[in-house]
Amino acid sequence: MTGPRRRSDDPEAHAAEGGRCCCPVVADPTLAHVSAELPHDQPLICCAFDPSGRFVFAGSEDFTVRRWDLDAGEAAAVPFVGHESWVFDLASTPDGNTLLTAGGDGRVILWDAGADEPLPRLVLDAHDGWARGIAVSPDGTLAASCGNDRLVKVWSIEDGTLVHVLPGGHEKPAYCVEFHPAGGALASADLSGRVVEWDLATGKERRRLDASALYSYNGGQQVDYGGIRDLAFSPEGDRLACAGLVNATNPLGAVNDTAVLLFDWESGVEPAVQRGKGDLKGVAWGVRFHPGGFLAVASGGSGGGHLLFFRPGEAEEFHRFSLPNTARGMDLHPDGLRLATAHHDGKLRITRLEAAPA
Amino acid sequence: MWCPYSCRSAEHAISRRTFLGGVAAGLGAVSGFAGRPMASLAGQLDRQGYQVLMIFLHGGSSQLETWDPKPGTATGGPFRSIETTIPGVRISELLPKTAQQMHHLSLLRGLNTAEDDHGKGSYLMHTGRRQAPGQEHPHLGSLAARFLAPERDPLPGYIHVTAGGGGLSGKDAAFLGPKYGALTLGNGQPPANTERPGSVEEAEDLARHELRMQLDHRFDLRRRTAETEAYTTSYEQALQLMERREVFDVSREPARDQDRYGSHDFGRHCLLGRRLLEAGATFVKVSHSNYDTHNENFDFHLEQVGEFDVSFAALLSDLAERGMLDRTLVVVMSEFGRTPRINQYYGRDHWSKAWSVALTGAGLKRGVVLGETNADGTEVVDGQATGQDLFHTYLRAVGIDPVVDEFAVNGRDFQIADPASFAIEELLA
Repeated sequence: MTGPRRRSDDPEAHAAEGGRCCCPVVADPTLAHVSAELPHDQPLICCAFDPSGRFVFAGSEDFTVRRWDLDAGEAAAVPFVGHESWVFDLASTPDGNTLLTAGGDGRVILWDAGADEPLPRLVLDAHDGWARGIAVSPDGTLAASCGNDRLVKVWSIEDGTLVHVLPGGHEKPAYCVEFHPAGGALASADLSGRVVEWDLATGKERRRLDASALYSYNGGQQVDYGGIRDLAFSPEGDRLACAGLVNATNPLGAVNDTAVLLFDWESGVEPAVQRGKGDLKGVAWGVRFHPGGFLAVASGGSGGGHLLFFRPGEAEEFHRFSLPNTARGMDLHPDGLRLATAHHDGKLRITRLEAAPA
Repeated sequence: MWCPYSCRSAEHAISRRTFLGGVAAGLGAVSGFAGRPMASLAGQLDRQGYQVLMIFLHGGSSQLETWDPKPGTATGGPFRSIETTIPGVRISELLPKTAQQMHHLSLLRGLNTAEDDHGKGSYLMHTGRRQAPGQEHPHLGSLAARFLAPERDPLPGYIHVTAGGGGLSGKDAAFLGPKYGALTLGNGQPPANTERPGSVEEAEDLARHELRMQLDHRFDLRRRTAETEAYTTSYEQALQLMERREVFDVSREPARDQDRYGSHDFGRHCLLGRRLLEAGATFVKVSHSNYDTHNENFDFHLEQVGEFDVSFAALLSDLAERGMLDRTLVVVMSEFGRTPRINQYYGRDHWSKAWSVALTGAGLKRGVVLGETNADGTEVVDGQATGQDLFHTYLRAVGIDPVVDEFAVNGRDFQIADPASFAIEELLA
């Protein structure tokens, strides 16, 4: 194994190379275009950029994680082999050294993110049933995971010790977790649309937010459906976006509409639903706050694959960019100009939010 | 490769002759009454006391998430397989409790029913026949009610426990007549109106019943039909049910058992199934819904199979411990399986080409796995069987000979099961 590779310690050079940028972002969603298709031979489930922006990772139905080097421009991906089930979520430490993955084998695996031949560095038997969500604290010391066992757990990234088990917050499978950017708090969310805020210092539940508009029980089909499929805090930590679906008239047939709920984090006021125009059929599988003040949402389902761009407070998107295949996961590049989407056709697509080269 | 499930033994030839001799007597006794089987054979079967429990996983459960997992393949999905009490036999990790009861069960993994339509698939699995215009065949429950139920059975011969609506329906009985139709216990509740109204005294109720019987008898002498017979039977059964209403009251079961079976509807319904079988019910069908997972197959199967596992394992274990498996045929089926290919919605679609059924109990071997699918589960590579073969097998397992010509319907002979198919001998004890 090798250590992590960083592009540069020079902030200007870093920015020029496409890394995290503090400069005003000039992204324009109306100019969105697919700039790259990175292929894999099995369907993809989730994706994430590393904090430097050099790598993009994707979890697959073939139990592996794939890593592409965007700077090298190589189509071939480096495999991370260790899970015994699908990989449902990915997260990187702020320094980019460690990649954390959550899988259907109930495990959370820590990897050297930039290794030439990655091997599991730590394997945590985290959950009974699927581990569905993984997140890293802003200071890079803690990881949080959640799963079908309805539990949320907090781990030390350094040695994998269990710091907290946060029980009792969820009565349905817990789908996703996210640390508050200010530190000190963690949000977890579940199938029923319940969001729980946890105090990281004490491991105690602080409050619950109600996003049950994203959940329904279909009596005819006798199934629970919906829930929160992705969480994102605004960079300032004053808002929380919950991605999911509404209007599930036929859960077993994928008849439902893409939707996002945007909470005011302080007040926790139940928000209005933001939906795709024309009752876009699908699920919001990914949501990110863009520094430009809008939300980017990846939608996939019977209505096809789309990127939707919402302004806070507006009921419908101000722009929709259609993708060639249904989208299942999304992340925002640190430069604010690129979005990665994971697709069923096995491709990891990079969409640029700026004018295409002539 | 098709298995030679042919059954043309000398025993069957004798059975056929014996039966045909009886048909004449039977037809003489019920001249002009279509769909009437031989009484003497039915009487013989009564004594055998066989019962049937059918668990129907409505919508088409996935064989890959139940009985025939393919972990680590492109079609396998996210779930792993686990060991069972049969060495070398692994099933989905969604069935941990059932895996501990696996020695009581047999699996047929080579089922190819070639019918991907819900209605037609369900018809095939319940009747052992392909649906054809203008023809209706009795469901297994109605056949059991006709052949296995005692003549004066206080319970309906065919009881269906479901989360849906309840009531009496003769539709499943086809030409057997509505008397052999299903009593459906909607949401596992007792049949409606089986409590005597408080305003009617017992003596008044009895007098009312006797008057009705007199009028029925006069009418019956000249204008007897299957419908009037069903009408009369329904009244008589209703009266008996009123006296035995507690049979349907699952809350009378010990709290420990209610916990073991699960607090959900299916758990309650399976416990009711046990209660009914213990009370002597001939055929009990318990439905569980819904497995038609074109979307998010894995999340939905996690939920549904999780429920199934808890309740079914408890029920199977109890039937075995109480010695009831020796006389109770148990079948877990759907209308078809689901596609090995996982679609873009994480779903699986309809797939009848290679799927599985679990079965055990009366007349069957236990701990046997028959049939094999290929590595991706897309097709059967060994021991292929059809729904019609299975139907023959069910009938043979409970002592009904499916090879004899059984019914004369409007002048036309109908064999009780598809004449082109035969029981799966390897499953029969």
